[in-house]
Parts: sequence; C-alpha cells; structure tokens
Amino acid sequence: MPAFSQEKLLKAKEIISHYPEGMQKSALLMILHLAQEEFGGWLDVPVMDYVAELLQIEPIEVYEVATFYSMYNLKPIGRYIFEVCQTGPCMLRGSDHIVAYIEEKLGIKPGQTTIDGMFSLKTVECLGACGYAPMMQFGKTYREHLTREKIDLIIEECRQNAEANN
Amino acid sequence: MDRPLTKNINLDRPPLSLKEYEKAGGYAALRKVLKGMSPKEIQKLVQDSNLKGRGGAGFNTGTKWSFVPMGNDAPKTKYLIVNADEMEPGTFKDRVLLEGDPHQLIEGMIIAAYAIQADISYVFLRWAYRKAALLIRKSIEEAYEAGYLGKNILGSGWNLDMHLHTGVGRYMCGEETALLNALEGKRATPRAKPPFPQVSGLFGKPTIVNNVETLCCVPHIVNNGADWFKGLSYTDDGGTKLYGVSGKVNKPGCWELPMGVTLRELIEEHAGGMMDGYKFKGALPGGASTDFMTIAHMDTKMDFKSVAEVGSRLGTGTVIVMDDKTCPVGFVHNLQHFFAQESCGWCTPCREGLPWVEKILLSIEKGEGKPEDIDVLEMHGELLGPGNTFCALAPGAMEPLQSALKYFREDFEKHIHDKRCPYS
Repeated sequence: MPAFSQEKLLKAKEIISHYPEGMQKSALLMILHLAQEEFGGWLDVPVMDYVAELLQIEPIEVYEVATFYSMYNLKPIGRYIFEVCQTGPCMLRGSDHIVAYIEEKLGIKPGQTTIDGMFSLKTVECLGACGYAPMMQFGKTYREHLTREKIDLIIEECRQNAEANN
Repeated sequence: MDRPLTKNINLDRPPLSLKEYEKAGGYAALRKVLKGMSPKEIQKLVQDSNLKGRGGAGFNTGTKWSFVPMGNDAPKTKYLIVNADEMEPGTFKDRVLLEGDPHQLIEGMIIAAYAIQADISYVFLRWAYRKAALLIRKSIEEAYEAGYLGKNILGSGWNLDMHLHTGVGRYMCGEETALLNALEGKRATPRAKPPFPQVSGLFGKPTIVNNVETLCCVPHIVNNGADWFKGLSYTDDGGTKLYGVSGKVNKPGCWELPMGVTLRELIEEHAGGMMDGYKFKGALPGGASTDFMTIAHMDTKMDFKSVAEVGSRLGTGTVIVMDDKTCPVGFVHNLQHFFAQESCGWCTPCREGLPWVEKILLSIEKGEGKPEDIDVLEMHGELLGPGNTFCALAPGAMEPLQSALKYFREDFEKHIHDKRCPYS
C-alpha cells in the first residue's frame, strides 16, 4: 500500500486538526490533493484506499468524492497540465482558438496526454479570471491574456525545465 | 468617492501585512466591537445598514445573522463560514478582495463570528485560487500572533478559531447547503431546507455562510455606522459594490463603485466601451445565471431592485457583455454546457434536463435543429424552473436561455431555417 512521506503525513495531521473530533472526514478533499501531489499527479485505487485508512472512513466514501470533483485525476496525467478555461467570458475572448492551437502544437485533444507523458490538456469551467480572458491554470499559477505566442513560450519553458531537472 | 473595500488594494504589490493594515485603520472595528458592543447590537447595526448578500441572493445580512440561536441555551459550537468558492461565470471580484486585502476579510469574519457568537470559522476557498490560499494562510497566522484570533481575544473572554479550507471548486458550492456537505468531506449536493443552516448547518450546528464581499463590508459599517453605509449607495441597497465587466470591451476589469450605477456607465465609462468593430448586443448583469439585458436596459441602475424590475437579477454584479459578432445560440450553448457539467446530479430534472438542453442547442448551432426544438427549449424553462428542482442551479441556468429566446429569437429561427449558423 502507498504511504505518505513523513512531511506529508505531518501536513495531513495538521489539516485533520482543523476540524472537531470525530469530523476528520472534512479533511478528505484537502488530503486527496496532498495525495495527488505525492503519488504522481493522480489517484489510483490503492492511493484512495490509503487515504480512507488514514481518515478511518470507508473506501467508498473516498471514491464517491474523488469521482465527483473534476480536479482529481483518476488516470495518469502529464507532468505539465494545461487547464484552459472555456466558459462564456473566456469563449467570448477566443478560448476556442487557444484550445485549438494547443491541440495543434501538442497533437492531443482535451482529456489526453502526450505520448512522452510531458503534457496534458484539459478544458475546465470558469476559473474566476473573466476580466483577464482567455486564460488557463498552469500548475499553481494562472496564465492570463493568452495568445499563441504565450502558449509557445510556456511550452518552451516546460521543455527547458524538464531538461534541467532530468 | 469613498471606496472602503478597495482603498488598500493595489494588485501590483503584495497586500498589506497585519502591521500595515493596522496602520491604515485596520482592526479598529474589531476593537470597538469587543470593547462595548453586544452581538445583538452588531446584528442590528448590519441589518440597519441594508447590507445585502453579495453572493447573488441579495438577502439582508443582519437579518440572516438574527436567525442564529443565541444565549446560553443555544447549541454548543457555532460556525461562521466565508464562501470564497467564487465560480459564477463572469465573476472575478472576490479574488480581488482575497488577494488584495486578506486582513479586511479576516477582520470582517471575526466581527461576524462575534455577532453570532461562533466558535470556529472557515475560509472555504476554491482550490484554484493558489495565490489567495498562501496570503490567507499567512494572514490568519498573523492574526493569531496579534491576539485577534484564539483564546480570550483582546481580553474579551471570547474565543474564536479560524482555518483555511481549500477543498474544491465546484459551482454547486454557491448553494450553501451543498457547501456544507463539501466542507464535511462529501459530494457537494444540496440538503433539504428547512432546517436552514442558521439553525442546523455544519455538523448539524448553527452556521452562517456569507460571501467574501459581504463580510469585507462589515468592519466599515462598524467604524462608520449604518447611515454612512447607506449613503455610499445611489439607491436603497446599502454600500458600494464591486462591479466587473468581461467580454469584448476595451478595458475588462473590476471596480468598486456606488451601488446603483447604470449599466451604461459600467460599460461605456469604466470598461472603456466596446472594442473596435464590435457592437453591444446583450449583457448578463450578474453572472451566467441571470437573464439577458439588452440595449433598451442600458440606463437601468445596477442594484437588486432595479435589475429585478427589468426581468433579471443583479446576481454578483459582474457583467458579461455579448457582442454582435458572437452567436447567441453558440454562447447560450456554452453556458448550458457549463451548467450541465456543474449539475451535481442530485435531482432528476436538473441532471437529465440540462444535458438535453445542451444537446438541442448544439444541434441548432450545427444547423441540424428543427422548428419544434424551440418549443422543447421553452418547455425546459418551465420544467427546470423555480419549485421544480432541489436547488437554484437549474432555475438559474434557465435564466439566460429563456431571455435569449425572448430577445434573440430570430437568431434561433434563422439557424433552423437556414440550416447553418449565420455567424460562422
């Protein structure tokens, strides 16, 4: 069974302490994020079972939550994830063109990952940055006022990062 | 012009630290409250200020607080939650407050918690707001160190804990009972009401859920009084409002303005008018779940009552402008895709109806629509309307659709008649 590193385990315990005794299930969603970070960006069944054990809840309670919220990845995902907002205000400012350009550059459709495991493309719903459209979430940052040129730069940035870290 | 909520905000630099915030007059309201105001007095003050919920429902905030059981007989452990799960399409105002002045929110939360005598408060923040998460976490720590949180706050004998909860991002959390389920580590599905959360909310205990902007108003009301707050507004609704404009305008953005500025002023003055080559066709005044307003409504005051009078809702006060080169059918299809995705699946009309609407709109957009499709869409407006679903998601989804059928009907008919989208 997978297990958290000591550091992540401490973090998980701190999160659990934010809720009244016996209400540790409240920490589930945050701990699933920790798990995603720790175990390769997605939630495999053994990982969810581990989280269930950690929180002393039934595995089904974890599965039903993990399958409900779109930020949890239930299959392997690329190292860099482009989560492009496609909702109304972004659509008005050309998010369709941005998605099409990324598809063309990377040769993948939304929901897919490049063969080398480097990039994934997701279309997502409103990210609350409508005044800076079109935009996407990229890792822990927002990338706003997207253009083709900006996409080129971001892809280049990822490739250089990956090379530097390999 | 007074801009109390954004006076400390400059998004080009980090927000004020606790010390800087104090220097700018911050936490004076909390001191004032703890020195000599009773919880009931604060409830009354906020009620009198006519502060209405900025999350979209527009209910009087002080009145909402007054439903919480008070006194020694009240259930033990009460909760105050700020809903920072901003996800109404078109809405990007709370993010400005969260990233721009986190201590203002925290001070508002502490005062609100005191007004209902809460023991624990949570910032329910959408996961995607990573920058805000870091800032809020740091600010909560600072507030603990300064004695504004924790045990015996400022010697008052009152205790309050505050935590950041960054679980989800799901539109359903705009419905406060669904938010409570999410905060309990469950799927964000709505609960039956009554009982209302004020009586039986988080873990079955009395709970208040307020929007970010709502709570940010509270310290200013305490400092300056209810009349001052009412005086900020051009209309009966108290205060300023964070308005926003998105779409094909020259300067999309978010501004704090007196409640009740007109739609025209927002679009032409603050958003710099339409981009070259584009004309205004319609606008959703307060997010995707509001009815379209048209050129005929340009001089409507943007407050709860005036917008309702022209058949829409102020909602979150963040306007999405639709231009003349955007296909209304395609645009409404995009919005219905959003609502269908975000439906929690709890009740049948919403779970089954929204994907059906989305499908029909797509077929019309692709030139495959039939004349009777318009009747089917209109039928959904009723089937998914108020009273027929468990919560307000589906009725909200029907607002842009029904109003598009009313104002832009020719566009729908032309698609069906010509068997193609005239805009492509």
